[in-house]
Amino acid sequence: MLARIGHIAYNTYREAVRDRVLYNLVFFALLLVGSTPLFGQISIGLERIVLVNLGLTSISIFGTVIAIFIGIGLVSKEIERKTLYTVLSRPVRRWEFLLGKYFGLAGTLAVNTFFMAIGFFAALLYLNHAFGRSDGQLLVAIYFIVLQFLIITAITLLFSSFSSPLLSALFAFALFFIGNFADDLRGLAGILKGTQHWLVMGLSYLVPNFGAMNVISQVAHEQAVSGALVLQNSIYALFYATAALSAAIMIFERRNLK
Amino acid sequence: MNAIEISGLQKSYSVGFFRKTEKVALKDLSLEVHEGEIFGYLGPNGAGKTTTLKLLMGLMFPTRGWAKILGKDIDDPLVRASVGFLPEQPYFYDYLTAAELLEYYAQLSGVPAKERGARARKMLERVGLAGSENTQLRKFSKGMLQRAGIAQAIVHDPKILFLDEPMSGLDPIGRREVRDLIQELHDEGKTIFFSTHILSDAETLCDRVAVLNKGELRGIGVVADLLADSGNKVEVVWQGSAATAAVCALNAECHTTGEIARAIVAKTMLDAAIDAIRRAKGNLISVTPVQTTLEEYFLKRIEQGATAGGNAKADSAVLEVKT
Ligand SMILES: Nc1ncnc2c1ncn2[C@@H]1O[C@H](COP(=O)(O)OP(=O)(O)O)[C@@H](O)[C@H]1O
Ligand SMILES: [Mg+2]
Repeated sequence: MLARIGHIAYNTYREAVRDRVLYNLVFFALLLVGSTPLFGQISIGLERIVLVNLGLTSISIFGTVIAIFIGIGLVSKEIERKTLYTVLSRPVRRWEFLLGKYFGLAGTLAVNTFFMAIGFFAALLYLNHAFGRSDGQLLVAIYFIVLQFLIITAITLLFSSFSSPLLSALFAFALFFIGNFADDLRGLAGILKGTQHWLVMGLSYLVPNFGAMNVISQVAHEQAVSGALVLQNSIYALFYATAALSAAIMIFERRNLK
Repeated sequence: MNAIEISGLQKSYSVGFFRKTEKVALKDLSLEVHEGEIFGYLGPNGAGKTTTLKLLMGLMFPTRGWAKILGKDIDDPLVRASVGFLPEQPYFYDYLTAAELLEYYAQLSGVPAKERGARARKMLERVGLAGSENTQLRKFSKGMLQRAGIAQAIVHDPKILFLDEPMSGLDPIGRREVRDLIQELHDEGKTIFFSTHILSDAETLCDRVAVLNKGELRGIGVVADLLADSGNKVEVVWQGSAATAAVCALNAECHTTGEIARAIVAKTMLDAAIDAIRRAKGNLISVTPVQTTLEEYFLKRIEQGATAGGNAKADSAVLEVKT
């Protein structure tokens, strides 16, 4: 069981790294991260703030774009091309297939993030000539970004297990966007009354709370991230991804592959 | 034990976007396939062959009925460790090489790690893809994909093979090779269930066939029996035109060419025909049973079904026949 999930995950990873689109995206991301010292030079005294904001934001956005674009095809492409038939006609359970796909993409994103992070730290080193104590906080920010990827990937997989790639992409981007304003939604719910209050409140809890996982500007200003937040976000990501994956599995298990 | 047991299997698709209607693609199918036989699943396009195979592979779920493979229910995924499946017009991960593809499938079927590489190479060689091991599948032609498809179906040495139109997309030599390969696999003791709309393939290979049309089973049996059953006529050839009138009176089709006369009569009328020839001092040349081809049988079965169903649409019964 674990072996099969591992093989499927590795094959998913292999597909991603053999795709030219991925390289183009990673190349642009690295270019952006690498060129941030140039932006820094324009704003004297604010170099580090600009570099951290721009670098980490591009890691986050490029990763999200990769997660969604690969994620929407994870299942639908296999159905459309009928490659799934020769997999599911083996002793592979449908949930094993989905989990394999999930971990494959998650692994791809982790490797990507790793390389982009190296690029980012190299740029930082170029700017400051040494790492300071507060730079450790940057790792926490990157960890939170990876947690967001885990959630986004699970959500995309959920959408792609029942809808078309285009709709899945739209849903996932919308959710990513709204998720960044989950706290604002809660604020809005506070103003509203009656049914509207409950609807908006419900929505704010349903969408992934990416706001709480975005500590980029905080670490850019060298403010520490609390251990409680690290714990809270870790548990939140674990639960959210598990819930989304379980829903995806429930849908996919019943699906007729016509 | 039966290799495959199907009972009352039914599948309907819901079609139409706004007003959904049920379209029955497979109607109350029951059949058994014995261990070690080559079973031909015949029917024109749209008969429901692919639907049946997808149900058996657990890719779709039946509306009604059940099926067992090697005595185990088809929704038990472990059954599929001993099953190989070639889908119709297969397509594979085009970023992998042929060897990588086979190794991946061997992994999923639980082939031990040390055997995988060797098995992959052996199977590719077996289907005539030696030399293409390290070619990416995106560069494969349709015929090569079909061969790769067969290789992936046998890479884990399954007991039962399900092949959906295994000869399609191949040139005459390729078809011949696949036919030989199926025969070889059968000789190794594997059970083979294959669908086709090309009758000559089935006629040469199969122990038994089932004929399907519009989702309904129209006939099933041993190829030779089916043919004998529908072809109980004999051709009588003799010399001497004096007997012609008497023989033709026996409800026969007669042709005369000069002194030689030919008549096709029912087997039950054979004695009477010979007597008539003798009485007229005719010279009997030959008596041969008339061979019905599977094609004729097939067409007859499908026509019967069509007339029984009321408005027969001629083109739906057209079969592609290749030699
Ligand atoms: N996904 C589908 N949705 C609706 N109808 C389908 C679908 N697949 C097949 N059918 C219909 O089911 C019938 C049987 O199809 P199929 O099993 O593919 O036949 P065969 O493989 O014998 O050519 C056909 O009438 C076909 O139009
Ligand atoms: Mg078909």
